[in-house]
Amino acid sequence: MVADTAVDRAKAQAKATQAKAWAAAAAVPDPEVPCVTVADLGILRSVEIADDGAAVAKVTPTYSGCPATLAIELSIETALREAGFEARVERVLSPAWTTEWIGEEAREKLREYGIAPPVEASGSIRSLFGETTVACPRCGSTDTERVSEFGSTPCKAHYRCSACLEPFDYFKCI
Amino acid sequence: MKKELFELLLRVADDHLVLGHRVSEWCGHAPTLEEDLALPNIALDLIGQARSLYTYAGEIEGKGRDEDALAYMRREREYHNLLLVERPNGDFAQTVLRQLYFSVFMHGWWREAAKSTDETLAAIAAKAVKESVYHVRHAAEWTIRLGDGTEESARRMAAAVEALYPYTGELFETDAVTDALSKAGIAPDPASLKAEWERTIADVFAEAELALPGEAWQHSGGRKGVHSEDMGHLLAELQHMQRTYPGLTW
Repeated sequence: MVADTAVDRAKAQAKATQAKAWAAAAAVPDPEVPCVTVADLGILRSVEIADDGAAVAKVTPTYSGCPATLAIELSIETALREAGFEARVERVLSPAWTTEWIGEEAREKLREYGIAPPVEASGSIRSLFGETTVACPRCGSTDTERVSEFGSTPCKAHYRCSACLEPFDYFKCI
Repeated sequence: MKKELFELLLRVADDHLVLGHRVSEWCGHAPTLEEDLALPNIALDLIGQARSLYTYAGEIEGKGRDEDALAYMRREREYHNLLLVERPNGDFAQTVLRQLYFSVFMHGWWREAAKSTDETLAAIAAKAVKESVYHVRHAAEWTIRLGDGTEESARRMAAAVEALYPYTGELFETDAVTDALSKAGIAPDPASLKAEWERTIADVFAEAELALPGEAWQHSGGRKGVHSEDMGHLLAELQHMQRTYPGLTW
């Protein structure tokens, strides 16, 4: 019985340590979209405690060439060290990141920040002028037009609202 | 099969690095502000894809070369990219059409490579195929807008079609490397992507009111490292920092 309790206690402790490491890494804001965290966006895939005691964070890039990936990895490593862990960050490519991993709460945070959240996963190359209906994050009107599919960062497109005339970013679907 | 896989990764990485460099030359020079954002965005995607491929190529080779060593420290004849991607930017029409020809091909290639029996290549491809959808759409929209635009834009698009078409045959070339890898289910057979490529290009050209080019003599040599004169100039700019200060970091 005594031994069982000791094992249980060790398990509970390991779980608490892992949860603490996850919480530290998950709180890191996205450098370009600071209203949401790397966990909200699904960029942070997991944090595990390795056999050597180090916290190993697995991170997936949003776009192959996203310049923020390096900044995100450094911020996560720093956050883990500040929480008292030896830290390692590993980049994983598979499964490929998708905007479907952005949760409902994070979508609301994006909208409040002025970025229209992704609507649906990207269509085929055949839908050449296939317009998705994107609602203006400010006034809610769906009377919007796409200015450019490439915006201020690789993950965003540039839109304009025809009702309130405000330009806005749209978090594009991939 | 490692030798063939290394060679293939290098070819595709070189295509993306060289085209990424070319497209990045538009930064600050594009015709509108939106394009000045779009083109460097596309260049970033291409260079990002090249980085993943070079890193993996270095691991496969096992001689300690990392992405930088492969991207910056080889000689011209050791680059095995398509001649199409090293073509100078020309006017905006030529840049758009080069993008269309290349990204329509790559979209099919990445889609098939995502089914590769090689897990790392499949992972890189699964990511890249989604990015390539945006590249195809961007190029197709501009081809249609300019082809079916003013008399001047239509004339320039038609000239671009003629100038670049002789560089498209190389996309579908096969050799011992592609044969071995496609048989092993590691990478797609480029020739198998030709019919789909022709269909997509024909659809876009029809919408753009551009005439399809007829049969034309096709350039070749890029996959063997035999480049056009423009490649040396491109590499001089691409490599000069690493050549001047070898191993520099920041």
